Amino acid sequence: MDLIWTQTSRRVLVYGLLAGAFILFIGAVGMIAAFHEREVVDRFISLGQLMLMLAPFVTAYYVAGQVAERDQDRPLALVSGVLIGLLTTVPTVILLLFNSDQYRFLLDLTLRLTPFVAATITAWRMHRAGAEAQTALGAWLAIVLLVGIVTFSFALIFEIKGNLRSVLVNINREWVAVVTFDNRGDLMRGLGALALVSTVSGFAGSILYLLPAVPRRALIYGLGVTALIGAFGETARLILQENVDRDTLREIFRRDTLRQNAALALFIISTAAGFLWARYGGQARARFGSLESAQRRAINIIGLVLFVVIMLMLPWLIGRTLSDVAVTIGIFVLMGLGLNIAIGLAGLLDLGYLTNYAVGAYILAVLTSIGPLGLFKGTFTFWMVIPLALLAAMFAGFVFAVPVLRMRGDYLAIATLGFGEIIGKLAISDWLKPLIGGAQGVQAIPKPIFFGTELKNPEQLYYIVLVASLVTLFVSIRLNNSRTGRQWMAIREDEDVATAMGIDTARAKLLAFTLSAATGGVAGAIFAAKVGTVFPNSFTVFISINVLSLIIVGGIASNPGIVVGAIVLIGMPELLREFSEFRFLLYGALLILMMIKRPQGLIPSKIVTHETRSGVKPKLATAE
Amino acid sequence: MALLEVKDIHTYYGNIHALKGVSFEVDTGEIIALIGSNGAGKTTTLRTISGLMEPREGAVYYDGDDISNTRADLLVSRGISMVPEGRGVFAKLTVEENLDMGAYVRRDGDIKEDFKSAYSLFPRLEERKKQFAGTLSGGEQQMLAIARALMSKPRLLLLDEPSMGLAPVLVDGVFDTVQRIANEGVTILLVEQNAHMALQIADRGYVLQSGEVAISDTASNLQQNETVQKTYLGID
Repeated sequence: MDLIWTQTSRRVLVYGLLAGAFILFIGAVGMIAAFHEREVVDRFISLGQLMLMLAPFVTAYYVAGQVAERDQDRPLALVSGVLIGLLTTVPTVILLLFNSDQYRFLLDLTLRLTPFVAATITAWRMHRAGAEAQTALGAWLAIVLLVGIVTFSFALIFEIKGNLRSVLVNINREWVAVVTFDNRGDLMRGLGALALVSTVSGFAGSILYLLPAVPRRALIYGLGVTALIGAFGETARLILQENVDRDTLREIFRRDTLRQNAALALFIISTAAGFLWARYGGQARARFGSLESAQRRAINIIGLVLFVVIMLMLPWLIGRTLSDVAVTIGIFVLMGLGLNIAIGLAGLLDLGYLTNYAVGAYILAVLTSIGPLGLFKGTFTFWMVIPLALLAAMFAGFVFAVPVLRMRGDYLAIATLGFGEIIGKLAISDWLKPLIGGAQGVQAIPKPIFFGTELKNPEQLYYIVLVASLVTLFVSIRLNNSRTGRQWMAIREDEDVATAMGIDTARAKLLAFTLSAATGGVAGAIFAAKVGTVFPNSFTVFISINVLSLIIVGGIASNPGIVVGAIVLIGMPELLREFSEFRFLLYGALLILMMIKRPQGLIPSKIVTHETRSGVKPKLATAE
Repeated sequence: MALLEVKDIHTYYGNIHALKGVSFEVDTGEIIALIGSNGAGKTTTLRTISGLMEPREGAVYYDGDDISNTRADLLVSRGISMVPEGRGVFAKLTVEENLDMGAYVRRDGDIKEDFKSAYSLFPRLEERKKQFAGTLSGGEQQMLAIARALMSKPRLLLLDEPSMGLAPVLVDGVFDTVQRIANEGVTILLVEQNAHMALQIADRGYVLQSGEVAISDTASNLQQNETVQKTYLGID
């Protein structure tokens, strides 16, 4: 019992404070205040507040699970939920106190006392462990001096600057307003509100875990859907406005925010749907599994047809702004499918994929532009140049593959990274300026014309991307199941053994690089036509990293995974433009989380699933 | 004429002189054992023959042609098949797919029969044909590696330490199989640290020592040889 208590209490303490540190961190970088601008439910809760509640909620859910499973003690799980809620507020509360004029003396006091307290504790423990009195005293003095220098410097800074704000610029009025739930005037009331909200969230998290499976899944689904649609209110409204009349729209949204009634209705509906699925979903799947194969195939075909129809109608369903996002996603899907040939199928970690993208874009730009840099001033059309862009990118892929054929794993990655940088520098160089315009780039690229119609809207360009993606998808599925695909698989597994099977590894790798480059060229060309101008700034190493990340997040060697990865990593940031300063922070956090919790990706391929289940670590490339 | 003739080959790892003039012959239908301690150059010899490494001096003749500078993958279609050290099965492919990879160079298309004969040689593999190769036991992986090498219908089979990491009971089985493969007319060059087992099934043997052939004789004579007994067979 004692043991359980100490283990459990330590776990609660650590996780609670970690969640608190997380809250404090995202506040200190300015995320909470920025996310407060976006309301999830009108005049009820903002995205920033949602984050404040989500941290104790999720942590309590997780810890309650551990307590309930390991200690078999359900009341204890509830208590730990409440405690986590309280603990989560601790770091924030401390900072709030330090920050207020009234309680600033606490900060001074802490800074002054810290060296003495730390030194005394250490010296006492040394003494208890049997150290000589002199040694302990020496240690005491040393620590007082060392820690004292640090805290003294801090104290000096605050003395000079007068407050914390000069050091932590985002610990400002807006932040205080959000974390005290608009009780900036009365700090104690603010702290009470924070503690109450956080505790209730923690308690709710632990209760949720203790519910029976069906209502629990239903609630998670309902809460998740409501929060997601609320957070992406602008997107949801853009979709609805294409399909619903203005009055209804006004009932649901106030500007871009979900109204309270609408949110409630949405929550009830999605929870009910979640309940039905949790209750009867298993049965439905079992019945589907017991159907005869002909019937099953029929259902699958109906599903596929439905999917294709939706994809074809998408621009009408989602409107212009979102079609534009869809085109961008599509361009990255194209590149993801291409790069997946090198990385997913052949195991060649290529970090220079942007080369192909740049080549495709510049080829299209120079050949079709009607501006001063256009070589043919409109003689060549988009449709004539697309195959050229494809071939040029393949050629570039081939040329850059030759010198790195003998390299493996990490070395290959570094070499290709270098090539990518070279291309970026060439694009901006004076040397090529007469041809591709240096930093000014190439302008006046005409839009594609399809049987007399100029495809100038994103809704129209969407179809080009869709067709290109479908063709690529088809080719890569066929490749995967072919003799060539086998060849790549063997190389990915073990290059030497592949050679011993009679595979010409040099040729197979060249082929992988060349084919992989092809879709990059097409993507670049479509991008150039969509934007109408091509600047070197568009071709940074982040293109390569984005494409690689979307493959990893979606699921390596998994075609549906790549589409989902592109939606998550490319589409979401486009929809959250106002938070773009946090883009890479969120991006990094997402990648780390994925690598720890779901290294096989969102929709893993069959082989990778097998790998991770059997305890073998998935590997990116054939590292030696 | 010998099927394989290794003539005074010198092979280097960078500056390290690994093979210092190794010569030997393998006649059609023979089982030849290359024995020697760790670092004697056994695996290097096999890698040089199979084309994974190139000799700096000397030459390897196969069927009368100089193959010293021929790429490894081309040699497979000419009938030289290798079972690499440590088995080297494709862990993430199924047993069936592994065998299919073995037939990669075959252009005649009729590999159904070969699947059948592989499974009759190793019934265990047929039971597990849909299983991922990585989930097989060590002995089964060795069977798979050998079966896979046979899928290319080799004339010369190079075996690198087939007994490595296997339980003694399984080792007997592996060497039985090697004998059966040889009886079907495949010439075998066997590299082994387990000299005792290797010399039991071999016709002739060569003892490698620090990159040179120290002793060459028939297998039965080698088994009687005093030095070999002391150094490699553990008989005093």
